[in-house]
Amino acid sequence: MKLTGARILLECLKLEGVDTVFGYPGGTVINIYDELYSFPEIRHILPRHEQAGVHAADGYARASGKVGVAIATSGPGATNTVTGIATAYMDSIPLVVITGQVPTHLIGNDAFQEVDIVGITRPCTKHNFLVKNVKELAGIVKKAFYIARTGRPGPVLIDLPKDVQVAVTEFKYPDKVELRSYKPTVSGHPKQVEKAASLILAARKPVLYVGGGAILANAADELRELAETLHAPVTTTLMGLGAFPEDSPLSLGLLGMHGTYYANMAVTESDLLVAIGARFDDRVTGKIPAFAPHAKIIHMDVDPTSIRKNVRVDLPIVGDVRDILVKLRKVFEENRDGVDGFRKAIKPWLAEIDGWKAKHPMTYRESASVIKPQTVIRKLRALSDPDAIIATDVGQHQMWTAQFFSFTRPRTLLSSGGLGTMGYGLPAAMGAQVAFPGRQVIAICGDGGFQMNLQELATLVQNRLPVKICVMNNNYLGMVRQWQELFFDKRYSQTVLDLPIDFVKLAEAFGAAGFTASKPEEVEETIRKGFSTPGPVIMEFKIAREEKVLPMVPAGASLNEMVLAS
Amino acid sequence: MRHTITVLVENEFGVLSRVAGLFSGRGFNIDSLSVAPTNEESISRMTIVTRGDDQILEQITKHLNKLIDVIKVIDFTGESAVEREMALIKVTAEDADRAEVLRIVDIFRAKVIDVTPKSYTIEATGAPAKIDAILELLRPLGLKELVRTGPVAIGRGAKGWKG
Repeated sequence: MKLTGARILLECLKLEGVDTVFGYPGGTVINIYDELYSFPEIRHILPRHEQAGVHAADGYARASGKVGVAIATSGPGATNTVTGIATAYMDSIPLVVITGQVPTHLIGNDAFQEVDIVGITRPCTKHNFLVKNVKELAGIVKKAFYIARTGRPGPVLIDLPKDVQVAVTEFKYPDKVELRSYKPTVSGHPKQVEKAASLILAARKPVLYVGGGAILANAADELRELAETLHAPVTTTLMGLGAFPEDSPLSLGLLGMHGTYYANMAVTESDLLVAIGARFDDRVTGKIPAFAPHAKIIHMDVDPTSIRKNVRVDLPIVGDVRDILVKLRKVFEENRDGVDGFRKAIKPWLAEIDGWKAKHPMTYRESASVIKPQTVIRKLRALSDPDAIIATDVGQHQMWTAQFFSFTRPRTLLSSGGLGTMGYGLPAAMGAQVAFPGRQVIAICGDGGFQMNLQELATLVQNRLPVKICVMNNNYLGMVRQWQELFFDKRYSQTVLDLPIDFVKLAEAFGAAGFTASKPEEVEETIRKGFSTPGPVIMEFKIAREEKVLPMVPAGASLNEMVLAS
Repeated sequence: MRHTITVLVENEFGVLSRVAGLFSGRGFNIDSLSVAPTNEESISRMTIVTRGDDQILEQITKHLNKLIDVIKVIDFTGESAVEREMALIKVTAEDADRAEVLRIVDIFRAKVIDVTPKSYTIEATGAPAKIDAILELLRPLGLKELVRTGPVAIGRGAKGWKG
C-alpha cells in the first residue's frame, strides 16, 4: 500500500520504538500533525517554545538513554530549535529533530517561513538530511536514528519539505543500516587495553578522570568495579557526575574550575591519569602546561577526534568505554597478584589524598540570618528520593548542585555542560518527567535561567508533570556577577535583576503551586511542602545575594591555583 | 608543513559545504581545494592542500573521517604521490615580448590557447612548483589574469583507491 510521506515518517518513528515526541505545529508540518491522530502509541507533548521542546527531548534522552525526538515547523520554528540542538551536540546527546520545510519547488526562493536549516545546523549536528524525494524518507529516518545513537551520540536533523510529506510511495522500513562511510570504532583494541593495564599497575599516584562518556556508554557499574578492584581514586567532570557514587571513599568529586581542592591536587600530583569518556575541556584542565604535569595519560574515548585535541596522550584507546572497561577487568582478573601489589603500593597516595581531604574539605560558611544556597542543595539531597532526577540551568546554582548534591547514580543529573545553556533546566526536567512519570524530578534553576523558559510551566500543568522547581533567587546573574566581583572591580554591569518577581503568584497564574523561603529556618519546611504538594511546584529560595562558588580556579590559571572557601 | 590530503566522499548534496565548514569552523587552513566525481558515480574526490604541524594534521584527518559522508582520507605527504595542477595565464605580449613569452611557453611545455595582438593566454600543467616557476618568469612581462586549479594528487604504484 502506498502511504504519504507524513504517514511514513510516523510509521518509522513507531518502528523505532518512539513513544514520545516533543513538537510544535506549524504550516509545513501540519500534515504530520494530522496523521498523529492515527498513532495513539506516540505521545505528543506540546511545549510553549520550540527551544524548550528540543531541551525536553534532550532531558528525555539523558534520563532514559533513548533517542529524544522533537518536531518543529519551518523558518522560525526551525531556528528556535538551534540552541537545543547545539546544547545536545556539545554534550553528545542522541536526538532526532524533524523540521518542516517549504515545498521543494520553493526552496531557495525566500518563501514564507523558509530558512536553510540544514545549512544553519550543519556545524551543530552530528549529521543532517534534506529529504528531496519521498522514496528516500524511510531510509533517511533509519539512518538518522542509527547515526544519533551509535558511536559518539549526537543530534541528527531531518528537514522534510511539505510536498514530500504529501507525496505517496510504497512504504518499507529497512531492516538495517549500511553506511560505507560511517563505521565507528566500538571495540577497544585488546593490545592497547593490555598496555593500559600495565601502565596502571606501574603507577603509584593514579587518578581515574571520568566524563559524560562513561554515562553515555552505560559504564557506571564497570567503572565502579574497576575503581574498587584497584582502590583507585575517581574524579568526575560535570558531565560525569553520577557515573561514580560520590558517597564512596574513593570519590574525589568534581575536578576543574569549581572542583574540589583534593581532586585538583590529586590530578596535579598524579603520575597516571586515566581519562574515561572525558575530553579535557578547558573548564577541566585550566592552564594546559600545568595540567597533570607529572602524569602519563591514558585516554579512552569513542571519538578519535577527542584524543590529542587538547593534551598530549601517552596511550589512546578508541572504543566504547564500557567495552574497554570490561576488557580491562578481564586483564586484571588474570593478574590478581599484580592488582594486590598495586593496591599496597598506592596506599601512601591514598593517604596523601586523605590529607588533602582533611585539610580542605568541600565547605562553606553557614549563616543564621540568610539562606545559603549550599544548604538548600544539601537539604534537597537529604529530603529527595535516592533515584530523584535533577536538572539544572547554568550558572552558580549549577555549580553548587555539582559540588554539594552528592550524585550516586548515572543519569540523575541533567545539565548543559558543553554549551552552558541558560534556560535548559526546566524543559529538560519536563522531558525527564515524561520519561519517568513515577520518579521525582527536580529542576534547580537560578532566577535568571528560570526566566528564559518559564513559559513551560504551562506545559507542566497541562500535562500533569509534577516537576519540582527550585529557584535559587539572588536577583543577580550570579556567575557573571561573581566574575565581575573578582576580576572587574565589582562593576556589576547589567547583572542585577532587581525587579522583585512574585514567584508564588507566577506559579499560581499557571495553575501550579508556589512557596517561598527567605530565612534559613524556612528551607526544610519549604522543601517538604514542595515535595508533598501534588503537581508542579515552584520553591523559591531567597539566597545570600553575593555568595560565591568556591573553590575557583581563575580562567587560564593552573588547577592547583585555587581560590578556596574561607 | 604543507600537506596534500585526498578525501573520497559520498557524492551528496551539501558535502562540499560540510568539508569547507569543518576547516573554517575549526580554524584549519585551506590553501587549495579541488573536487570532482570519480570513475564511480556515487563518489567524489577532493584534493585539499593544507598546512599545520603534526597535531593539527592529525586533528584534520580525524575530523574529516568523522564526517558521515566521508569514505576515506589519505594524507599523501611523506608518501609517494604525483601532484599536478593546471594554470590558465593571460599575459601581456607586445613587440619583442611576444617572442619571449613563446620561448617561455616552449621551455615549460605549455600551450598558447588564445591570442590577441596584445596578449597570449597560456595553459600550463605540472607540479605546483613548475607553475610557480613559469609564473615567476611571466610576471615581469605583465600578468593580466591568472587562474589555478590547485593540485590534484594520485598515489604512485599499482595500487588504486577507488572507494
